[in-house]
Amino acid sequence: MGLLSRTTTLIKVKVSKLLGAAEDPREMMDYSYEKQLSMLQDVRRGIVDVTTSKRRLELQKSKLDDSLTKLQDQAKQAMSANREDLARTALERRAMIQQQSSDLDTQIQQLDGEQAKLEQAESRLRTKIEAFRTKKEVVKAQYSAAEAQVRIGESVTGLSEEMADVGMAIDRAQDKTEAMQARAGAIDELIASGALDDVTSSGQDSIDRELSQISMKENVDAQLAALRNEVGAPEKPKELEG
Amino acid sequence: MVIRISSEGQYRLASSYFDRINEIDNQIVEAIAGGERDAFAKLFNELLALVRTHGERVPDDELVESQVVLPPPDTSFDEAAELFVAEGLVPD
Repeated sequence: MGLLSRTTTLIKVKVSKLLGAAEDPREMMDYSYEKQLSMLQDVRRGIVDVTTSKRRLELQKSKLDDSLTKLQDQAKQAMSANREDLARTALERRAMIQQQSSDLDTQIQQLDGEQAKLEQAESRLRTKIEAFRTKKEVVKAQYSAAEAQVRIGESVTGLSEEMADVGMAIDRAQDKTEAMQARAGAIDELIASGALDDVTSSGQDSIDRELSQISMKENVDAQLAALRNEVGAPEKPKELEG
Repeated sequence: MVIRISSEGQYRLASSYFDRINEIDNQIVEAIAGGERDAFAKLFNELLALVRTHGERVPDDELVESQVVLPPPDTSFDEAAELFVAEGLVPD
């Protein structure tokens, strides 16, 4: 068997490592049980890691989504102020952020999958460890070393195989998480470096500034017009350039 | 025969499926050797489906050893190919 013999060998080697080298199988059962419990801790840590990374991505996404709304408003505002150039800038920036946001969506979904997988693995392993513990106590109480070997042999191997498999699943989840964290870090850097700064920070950005300048000018224009009416002077043509 | 799908769990499958599994496995090796990504994906999914459809889940509280271990269902072509690259498959 080509691919399968390779993956099978891979896991068998891990199993034989887990089994270690205890002389007395009854000793090995206890040793093995301790290992199982620490393995269970590893799985739980793995789940926490994945969940933490997912939270981080979700936070980033909500930040980006906030700026999507803001840019949409800005574009509308700019357009109504007859500043198509400014509206275009806002929409261009919005498109870029939209892309980042949907990339994050995909990643969040992937982490969701990893989390579910690890949670299932945790529950499976927990059940198997419990079954092993029961069996171990019975065998220890009732059988000699030689008999115990026969009685518990496959249980130990079977459980060790589960542990080896769960171990690999954790490694895989970690690899994926790290890759995503690296990308999330890159977005953080983008935000920090200012490429996205304008749209994500709460302070006024360049678009805001220009818009407020326009509204200030409009305000002044309106006041002037009102004054003109009051005075009864003929209306002057409106200035186009802002 | 007990088969494990890595990261998913174990299945108990009638030995009569062994030949078919072997056959698909050989085709997978050819697909990897020929760099045929689509063929690999199709065959690997076929293999997973065969085990899931015809196999019976080993209960969680049962402790048995697997005769055959399949890679995780989300194994990519590159990951599978990697298993064939190094001669020393298993680092110490």
